[in-house]
Amino acid sequence: MSAANGPNAEGIAEGTAAPPPIPGTVETPPAGGDDRGRGILKSIATGSSLVAILAVVLSIILGGILIALTDEDVAAASSYFFSRPGDTLGAAWAAASGAYAALFQGAVFNPRADSLALMFRPLTETLTVATPLILAGLGVAVAFRAGLFNIGAQGQIILGAMFAGWIGFSWHLPFGLHLVFVVLAGFVGGALWGFIPGILKARTGAHEVIVTIMLNYIAIYLVGFLLTTPSFQNPGSSNPISPRLDETAVFPQILGPQFRLHLGFLIAIAATYGVWWLLNRSTVGFELRAVGANPFAARTAGISVTKGYVVVMMLAGGLAGLAGVAQVAGTERVLTSGIAASFGFDAITVALLGRSHPWGVFFAGVLFGAFRAGGVQMQTLTGTPIDIVLVVQSLIVLFIAAPPLVKAIFGIERKKKPRKASRAKATVSGGAA
Amino acid sequence: MKLELQGITKRFGSLVANDNIDLVVNPGQVHCLLGENGAGKSTLMNVLYGLYEPTDGRILVDGKPVTFRGPGDAMAAGIGMVHQHFMLIPVFTVAENVALGDEHTKAGGILDLDKTRARIREISDRYGFDVDPDALVEDLPVGVQQRVEIIKALVRKAEVLILDEPTAVLTPQETDELIQIIEELKAGGTAIVFISHKLREVKAVSDVITVIRRGAVVGTVDPSASTGELASMMVGRKVSLSLNKAPATPGETTFTVRNLTVPGAGGQNLVDNVSFDISRGEILAVAGVQGNGQTELTEAILGLHPHASGSVRLNGRELLGMKVKDIIREGVGFVPEDRKVDGLVGSFSIAENMILNWYNEPPFAKGLAMKPAVVLKNAREKVAEFDVRTQSAEAPVSTLSGGNQQKVVLARELSRPLNLFIASQPTRGVDVGSIEFLHKRIVAERDGGTPVMIVSTELDEISELADRIAVLHGGELMGVVPGDTSRDVLGLMMAGMTAEEALGQGPGQNPTPAGEGGTAAGERISGEHAAGEETR
Repeated sequence: MSAANGPNAEGIAEGTAAPPPIPGTVETPPAGGDDRGRGILKSIATGSSLVAILAVVLSIILGGILIALTDEDVAAASSYFFSRPGDTLGAAWAAASGAYAALFQGAVFNPRADSLALMFRPLTETLTVATPLILAGLGVAVAFRAGLFNIGAQGQIILGAMFAGWIGFSWHLPFGLHLVFVVLAGFVGGALWGFIPGILKARTGAHEVIVTIMLNYIAIYLVGFLLTTPSFQNPGSSNPISPRLDETAVFPQILGPQFRLHLGFLIAIAATYGVWWLLNRSTVGFELRAVGANPFAARTAGISVTKGYVVVMMLAGGLAGLAGVAQVAGTERVLTSGIAASFGFDAITVALLGRSHPWGVFFAGVLFGAFRAGGVQMQTLTGTPIDIVLVVQSLIVLFIAAPPLVKAIFGIERKKKPRKASRAKATVSGGAA
Repeated sequence: MKLELQGITKRFGSLVANDNIDLVVNPGQVHCLLGENGAGKSTLMNVLYGLYEPTDGRILVDGKPVTFRGPGDAMAAGIGMVHQHFMLIPVFTVAENVALGDEHTKAGGILDLDKTRARIREISDRYGFDVDPDALVEDLPVGVQQRVEIIKALVRKAEVLILDEPTAVLTPQETDELIQIIEELKAGGTAIVFISHKLREVKAVSDVITVIRRGAVVGTVDPSASTGELASMMVGRKVSLSLNKAPATPGETTFTVRNLTVPGAGGQNLVDNVSFDISRGEILAVAGVQGNGQTELTEAILGLHPHASGSVRLNGRELLGMKVKDIIREGVGFVPEDRKVDGLVGSFSIAENMILNWYNEPPFAKGLAMKPAVVLKNAREKVAEFDVRTQSAEAPVSTLSGGNQQKVVLARELSRPLNLFIASQPTRGVDVGSIEFLHKRIVAERDGGTPVMIVSTELDEISELADRIAVLHGGELMGVVPGDTSRDVLGLMMAGMTAEEALGQGPGQNPTPAGEGGTAAGERISGEHAAGEETR
């Protein structure tokens, strides 16, 4: 096997050298055609952080252009663009910068508030919104690291919220103990919804993407249905809303009653650290990463790939379930069919932007939280539709999915096969010694 | 047609894959490109074939400069290439494969294969290829598939034929046939570029040898040069080609395989009723053409084939049915055939790969928590001990050269007490300099009293290491013969003859066939083999 081939021929060689699938064994890691797609998705999920940052910058610039294009003042000034182009450009700048300033005011710091504490209220709002994004994002990221695409965070959040909510309003336990049960139930609910695709993948090879998407639908309609049954629906109400959670079952607000920021945020920090430790410092994480990076080598080293799939999906589901807990016991305090909003789908974006690294996910979650929290303020103050935030978020994902595009726009030279270069270096030093 | 490459340079970023290479290929000449893996042979040929654009330099055909924008241009100019991995569609017939990309059509765009069939027969008869145009490619032996590739090039009127590592997948007999075909083509005026790193065949087939090292031509030599000379040119320093291992002193037989069968998907058995023994302190080498059940045999021993039947006993314990993890704990060291796929996690650091299958054992882990400092310390020690050339033990293992990657795998497997050591293709894709080192470590493991099983498709390696040789063909054991059995006999066995038949047909050295897996016979023959070693 000659390794002298350049990138092209080597690709061919690697393609054909894939070992034949072993008949009749479920233990066999995903074979053949699936691998290439997996490789691409994996590189999207775990690429360089520079691309992530540049993608954000680029998206914000493009978002600014969009804001300017849809602004009325800009439209008015553009009617006499050729006589006084400065007016148009000035109006465009004013529109974009005004909108983003409002976004910042709504997301981080509001200098016009009455007291210093209230000035920082937007930041606490950002962190409140970020909490479920971080937790669910971790759930998606941890599965990514084991080579699985957990599209099911939405359903796992719902199941987590359902379990936690039910314990919260139907059990009546003392303060502290009740909350522990609520949190545990949420984790278990999410883990259950992760266990199903995990075990199906391990036992039958069913693709986790399809299974998790279907489980999302099941979860959405399941919670909708349960909220019409007596055990979940608030007595005396015809709306699909549960009773309020007991006071003993909700997260305390950690900065006092004027801020919504609750204990869930501290759980998100702890979970981020926990996932980091688990992935990078524990034997379980070693197994999961090995399974994700090369299931064939993992199998040969005696690591059970199938067990890895089940464990990681339960963990992923559990983390997303905690996001559900943060929603039902932190922010909403009642169970509704819209409890998960679109957090489960945004979590995929968050995991992508965070490069599937726990702290990357944390900061990506905070950023998206800021977009959400600030978007409202932006719409109220400047009339810029909040949808622009969604556009910016989507652009971020789009750019992350196409690293060469981002690099080309910023004029970063594409490194040609750095792997080959360093290999050559090793050979050179080998020959010299 | 005379083909010249002048000052060809190809850079990938900062890496210079080809550095100012000059090459002249004359009609009716076999020009051999000799170089280690990674020396830049294939890159050069891909430049010539129009797959890469050279950074610098030019290509001349009959003295006129040409530019190739793709393989199509190269083919039109009369250059044909047989890739190492065949570019054939298995479910198509020979004629369909040959026609592909160059189809003759009747009115209305209907495919006219008759013309192609006629051309195939013509070429086949002329060079004695013996290829049926209507056979399905997937039914053909590898050697014949290779001829289909050559026919593809000839049908397109190739006057220069590039053969990229053509013997990698052939039996010794098929290699001989290929060399004959090359002679025929040469006599017909075709120029041939023969790419290889195997010294023996290079010497046998070529008229001119150009040696390439680290992307640059180090010299052009006559085939009469000694193999030692060629090897040191390739590697850039003196290498010893023979191992000079001490005779084996086999101890008690601790590893026995009985009636091992691995069922395949299509109903046929990938490993069919195979039995053999290995004693402490001896190396059993398993020979065979690639894809004849060797891979499955080793994988079944490691527990990777849950449907395997029969018996695999190590120190009296039945391994079959145990989990891979437990088999590794029984003291089985395993070097898989394809280290990049099965042996290493490319994105993991060298340190992590060094503990890939004992990451959760002390001292590397305590409970759930791993100990990165211990892991790193272990890696630094092993890097030094096994002479892994790297700047850091924390570098991803994918940044290492093939030889150094293999040292990582070997370091991991040989660094714990073993009761059985299995290595598949231990030196495939490894530079000549590292081969020596790896072989010495394997022999050292044998001398430490471990039963060793080596699987290799390279006969040179088999005869270098083996105390006894088992030959597999179509998943069946053709016999176990002494380590100094001649290449001819081994070749016949690899083609499907039993040991008895092959010895009857062969040149008749070694008149003593070893009993299939018989311990007593094996030990007796090991003794004889030892005597042979000393006189060599």
